[in-house]
Amino acid sequence: MIPAKSIICKNLTKQFGDFMAVNHISFEVNPGEIFGFLGANGAGKTTAMRMLCGLSIPTSGEAMVAGFDVFKQTEKIKKNIGYMSQKFSLYEDLTVLENIRFYGGIYGLTNQQLKDKTEELIQQLGMQTEAKKLVGSLPLGWKQKLSFSVAVLHQPKVVFLDEPTGGVDPITRRQFWDLIYDAANAGVTIFVTTHYMDEAEYCNRISIMVDGAIQALDTPHNLKQKYAATSMDEVFYQLARGAKRAAD
Amino acid sequence: MKQFLIFVRKEFAHVLRDRKTLLILFGLPVVLIIIFGFALTNEIKNTKIIIVDYAKDLATQKLINKIESSPYFELEKSIRSHQEIEAAFREGKIKLAVVFPANFNTDLAHLHQAQLQIIADASDPNTANTLTNYLTMIVLDYQAELMQANQVPYRIIPETRMLYNPQLKGAPNFVPGVMALVLMLVCVMMTSISIVKEKELGTMEILLVSPFRPILVILAKAVPYLLLSLLNVITILLLSVFVLGLPIKGSILLLFAESTLFIITSLALGLLISVRTESQQTAMLISLMGMLLPTILFSGFMFPIENMPLPLQLISNVVPSKWYYQIVKAVMIKGLGFSAIWQETLILAGITIFLILVSLKNFKIRLA
Amino acid sequence: MRTLLFLLEKEFRQIFRNRTLLAIIIAVPVVQLLILPLAANYEVKNIAIALVDQDHSSYSQKLVSRITASGYFRLAGYNRSYKEAYQLIESDQADLVLEIPAGFERNLIRENQQELFLAVNAINGVKANLGGVYLSKIITDYNSDIRLQWLQPSRYNPIPLIEITSSNWFNPYLNYQLFMVPGILAMLVTMISGYLSALNIVKEKEVGTIEQINVTPIKKHHFILGKLIPFWILGFVTFTLGLLVAWLVYGITPAGNIGLLYAFLALYLLAVLGFGLLISTYSDTQQQAMFVAFFFIIIFALMGGLFTPIDSMPEWARAVVRFNPLSYFIDVMRMVVLRGSGFKDIQYHLGIIALFAVILNGWAMLNYKKTT
Repeated sequence: MIPAKSIICKNLTKQFGDFMAVNHISFEVNPGEIFGFLGANGAGKTTAMRMLCGLSIPTSGEAMVAGFDVFKQTEKIKKNIGYMSQKFSLYEDLTVLENIRFYGGIYGLTNQQLKDKTEELIQQLGMQTEAKKLVGSLPLGWKQKLSFSVAVLHQPKVVFLDEPTGGVDPITRRQFWDLIYDAANAGVTIFVTTHYMDEAEYCNRISIMVDGAIQALDTPHNLKQKYAATSMDEVFYQLARGAKRAAD
Repeated sequence: MKQFLIFVRKEFAHVLRDRKTLLILFGLPVVLIIIFGFALTNEIKNTKIIIVDYAKDLATQKLINKIESSPYFELEKSIRSHQEIEAAFREGKIKLAVVFPANFNTDLAHLHQAQLQIIADASDPNTANTLTNYLTMIVLDYQAELMQANQVPYRIIPETRMLYNPQLKGAPNFVPGVMALVLMLVCVMMTSISIVKEKELGTMEILLVSPFRPILVILAKAVPYLLLSLLNVITILLLSVFVLGLPIKGSILLLFAESTLFIITSLALGLLISVRTESQQTAMLISLMGMLLPTILFSGFMFPIENMPLPLQLISNVVPSKWYYQIVKAVMIKGLGFSAIWQETLILAGITIFLILVSLKNFKIRLA
Repeated sequence: MRTLLFLLEKEFRQIFRNRTLLAIIIAVPVVQLLILPLAANYEVKNIAIALVDQDHSSYSQKLVSRITASGYFRLAGYNRSYKEAYQLIESDQADLVLEIPAGFERNLIRENQQELFLAVNAINGVKANLGGVYLSKIITDYNSDIRLQWLQPSRYNPIPLIEITSSNWFNPYLNYQLFMVPGILAMLVTMISGYLSALNIVKEKEVGTIEQINVTPIKKHHFILGKLIPFWILGFVTFTLGLLVAWLVYGITPAGNIGLLYAFLALYLLAVLGFGLLISTYSDTQQQAMFVAFFFIIIFALMGGLFTPIDSMPEWARAVVRFNPLSYFIDVMRMVVLRGSGFKDIQYHLGIIALFAVILNGWAMLNYKKTT
């Protein structure tokens, strides 16, 4: 039996007046896939992602996330996804434990589940001594890892990551991606946007948006072959070079 | 110097871009002037009173007419007996009750003596006092009429002249007060928030790393607010002259000079607050909650300082807005010159210098 | 429902962790309640009068001593000319000048009538009013005394005399603080609740945590309730502290039912918090929210009948006051605390405030959109 797709997009469009921010994009993502959503600044990535998260109503087209319709079932979508934004959005004035408890509770975990998952998470991240510290006092890399773990705490079907690894060294980034792999292996679909082209190589498939439309969609390997490039950097450069739109 | 101007331009850009705040910054003095000039007054008028008239004779009718025609009172006619007075007071609608006993006129005519009772709701002692006094004056007036009718000899007549304000309106009291209030609050709030915001965002560090002495950074922040505040002064003065009809009797130049001094005082206070707080929220709450009521009260424009207990009177001496208020009153309302206000100016300048020194000292400590 | 509990847990944790916030909620109202009623005092004492006696007759001097002995006035100067006395007004040392012209005694006897000249420093309106009234009374009394002295009562038509007995209810000692404290407490509670709720949502907007909330299954109304409830409870705390201060320091105990006060407070806080929320949904930065909140609160405070009577305001101003929730609260405070008013008396106020609460919160909720 073919498992249902995690994300389905058909001609998804977002228009602000005359400006076509997202121009009829179409793609599908499988469960457990790590899908890289790339593009230059201003290409429309964030707008597209907001539509998929239920934060913005599309102008036209169709989309389903975790089996729910983005027009009519945004509340159901929210229950089944996780999200981690650039600003990390954990409460800096709450401790690690308090943040976990809050977000877990919001997503409907029972007290027992909360207890178990919290222990698991602290172990996994090695944060035993940090558990009672305020998030604001943690170094950036730890905040990121914690944010991600909180985002997948309720075992969502899809987790959306918006430039999750900005500002940290390559080793920390590598550790972060370990967490992503773990989640993907457990069946969570990962939808991630990033500027780091080496991270693009970690994805199963990637799409590259230019000026609101998807110009490329394939595995990193195939893209490199197609564009006769040795790195994703080059692929990206070739595609994005002709872009007309500048930063968001 | 050129680079200083670049800083100033950046600060202006910040300020001008925030439309909503600007609207309030300029709207505030206008609204305050309108409120103080046209809505608020300490005069007691239109007060609802009731009259319980057991006599219902000629004399009571005459008195009731006199009372009714006074702008101070509005008669509520529904009460019959004086047992209902208490309930009426409790409902909160009436402030005073007059009770005429039966046989008022007959007593007056034959015994040459009659009584009436005034019951005042003394929740507001001032209103109660004033109303009782007004009513007493009306009765005395009536009495005087009777005396004249009866050709009573030796009448002394006081003729009253109101100075500075023939209509007994409060504008001369309020306008200088509004100036003090607006300037102080705006400057303190805006500078403290502006500086703390940069601290919070982390951009303060960038500024401090630039080849500028920190003091220039701070000065650059102060300049737009200085100019905005002067604009506010102009607005208030224009409103005062053309809308309230209150002319500026003294030297406008002197007024501006003193206002500039006071603005600097307020900016310095804002600076001090910003140096000691870490978050915008705290800076704002201190500026507003900590400064609003004290400024209103201790400047002396709403309540006379000499009525306050001694310790509070002493505190008011430390409050800059008190001195500024007196200076503005003297120059704008009474038309006096510098010779009358040099002491106050000196005190204000002293406070300013003190604030600046303390802030700078604290600022340096923080940086280290 | 469960989500609401988690939200509340988070909000309370954040509030209690914020030391300065707590200090402000507790310390600022207490301190202000201690200082302000003492400072806010319209009682007119020590009206300074400058006397000019051009007559120097025994009768003018008698009048002068009547005035100085009355206890209402403080003699600022006993001057030789009006000009001299006027200078005292200019230097703010005198509030009134009374000039008794030359020939006072003589003219009174010969012409049966004599004017006196009064000049009043009207910059402080209250003093002027009362000073004038007191002086008039003294003069009138003096006048009738002279009459009695010079003429035997039988030699002129009897003077009709109306004797006035006046009584002061609800505040027999004319204690100004009894009047001011409840009103100031109402204002302080409003200020704190209003500012805090206005700042709260904006802070989340500014910092970015609001996006994280938007993406979760938290419903709009839960989010707003999660913001309202903690500050609602804190409002009660502030109010209770205020009542304690009023009792311990000023000896004020409500004449009416204290439960009524709390019932009104419950509704009132909903309205004020709703107002603060509404402001925060329209603001982008904390600074803006603060300013807008400040703007409205200062208008509410000035036009609330706290410092000046509402009845004295012109028609248009009184219409505006109808939209000022604080004015209802101040009214209720004074009614219940001073006059012992009951539920029936404040029914109207309760209804209006409930209306405010519904409209403001409804509007805030509509405004807060998670999805564009």
